[in-house]
Amino acid sequence: MRRRGSSRWQALLWLGPSLALIAAVVAYPVGALVSASLSRYSITGFHQGWAGMGNYRRLLEQAALPTVVATTAVWVTAVVGVTIVISLALAQLLNERFPGRRLVRWALIVPWAASLIMTAKLFVWIYDYYFGILNHVLVSLGLVAAPVDWLGDDATVMGAMVAVGIFVSLPFTTYVLLAGLQAIPGEVYEAARVDGASGWRRYRSITLPLLRPALLVATVLNVIYVFNSFPIVWTLNDRNPGFGHDTMITYMYKIAFKSALRDVGLAAALGVINVLVILLAVLVYLSTVSWREAEA
Amino acid sequence: MKRAALSGAGLVLALVILSPYLVMVFTALKPESELRVTPPRLLPVRWQPANFAAVLADPEFLTWLRVSLVVALASTVIVVVAATPAAYYTARYRFPGRSAFLLLVLVTQMFSPTALVVGLYRQFFALDLVNTYAALILTNAAFNLAFAIWILRAFFASIPREIEEAAAVDGCGRLRALVRVVLPLSLPAMVTVVIFSFIAAWNEYVVALTLMTDPSRKPLTVGITSYVTAYVQHWNHLFTASLIAIVPVVVLFALIERHLVGGLTAGSVK
Repeated sequence: MRRRGSSRWQALLWLGPSLALIAAVVAYPVGALVSASLSRYSITGFHQGWAGMGNYRRLLEQAALPTVVATTAVWVTAVVGVTIVISLALAQLLNERFPGRRLVRWALIVPWAASLIMTAKLFVWIYDYYFGILNHVLVSLGLVAAPVDWLGDDATVMGAMVAVGIFVSLPFTTYVLLAGLQAIPGEVYEAARVDGASGWRRYRSITLPLLRPALLVATVLNVIYVFNSFPIVWTLNDRNPGFGHDTMITYMYKIAFKSALRDVGLAAALGVINVLVILLAVLVYLSTVSWREAEA
Repeated sequence: MKRAALSGAGLVLALVILSPYLVMVFTALKPESELRVTPPRLLPVRWQPANFAAVLADPEFLTWLRVSLVVALASTVIVVVAATPAAYYTARYRFPGRSAFLLLVLVTQMFSPTALVVGLYRQFFALDLVNTYAALILTNAAFNLAFAIWILRAFFASIPREIEEAAAVDGCGRLRALVRVVLPLSLPAMVTVVIFSFIAAWNEYVVALTLMTDPSRKPLTVGITSYVTAYVQHWNHLFTASLIAIVPVVVLFALIERHLVGGLTAGSVK
């Protein structure tokens, strides 16, 4: 087998199908997005000429933009933050041996494997003001005095969406942290036990520092996933007019495809900003994981 | 007993995670008349498993199901065909541009089609491919490619070169060595890739919502939302259809759960 002399052409042959796919469905739409952000369109979506930076200027003038950016920041921070904390506990639990552990792992798979849009619809039903089981349970237990219009009340809709966001982010995060825990050699703990360190101390001064790489990976990937998340906000916020609880992703989608607005150029400008935000997170990821090691 | 306490905690946890889906199951088994009652009941009074037969006999549901199957299967085939040679070559050979290629793959994995959906729509609109299977299949394939390359590359790298070298002595070419020797050994990785790609495409929502506006071309994720709109509220049928879509993929997912983290956190493991 020739290993050294493999030429660029040969490599191109083997990588060709993958490269073609990435070029056609990732690179091309990025180009289309950038070009659309610099163009003017009719309401039916036909190109009407160039707009220069006009769409970006108009985007900054949108009254809804500050709210949308703030909502996005709350959405990402709250979902990722709480998910990480709960997942740390779940991973710790699943790292122990006990009867029924398999059952917990299988249960944890369900929100991961199920279609997000179906889970989102399920929560619309659970949160329902009149017929939802949540209000019934909370009122019966005396936790709330009267039913709450979870998805219709400006005060509760964000929390209701964040809860679902956390629910569907737990499985992946727990699995990543569990893999991190399992990579910690047992001898480290033996030594600490000999030294008489207590459980909580062992966790703080041994487990958490050694779990740092897994925590970083879980955090950065979750930031990207949650920022990109569409079905939950799209579905749970469906009834509310305006953009009071939209993220930068659902706001972009509404501008582009909701019949009343249909402003392709404006949506594309926001799309470019979204891509840049994700790119920033990707750079953080690449710098934290030193991905080159995986090449060995 | 510490183990008993852990088991108890685990059981409670499993129940908490599954409880929303229990609501889904019980609602799916309710007759229409029991959906809008106050106070709401968790369990049906009259159990109606016939909802499943009704949904499975709904021609619209069968259309969505067919579209989902076509899109998920076709995009999975494309993922395997495109990812296998790339994964093999990058696992076995060093060549100029190898790092750049792997970086490119890693970056595509981070970009869900959601962020690019306006660009994707512009592209397929310009190419007159809106409402075509091709557009949806290729988009799914492209965004599931990275996971497949990571999983396969790691597996290929773990297969000793000597096995292929023996095949080379027997006069096998590189491609034949891959197909005849390496691939049969790689069945577990291949199964992981196939199941993951299938489920990811099966569950994909935003691109399908945007591109597939023709009712005869909607996949399940988009189609089933028409069971509950401003005008009709067939929650039981919505959840019956959801369960038909969810249960098989949960079972498939359980088969590959151990291998998922490696493919999803590529570049960070080791």
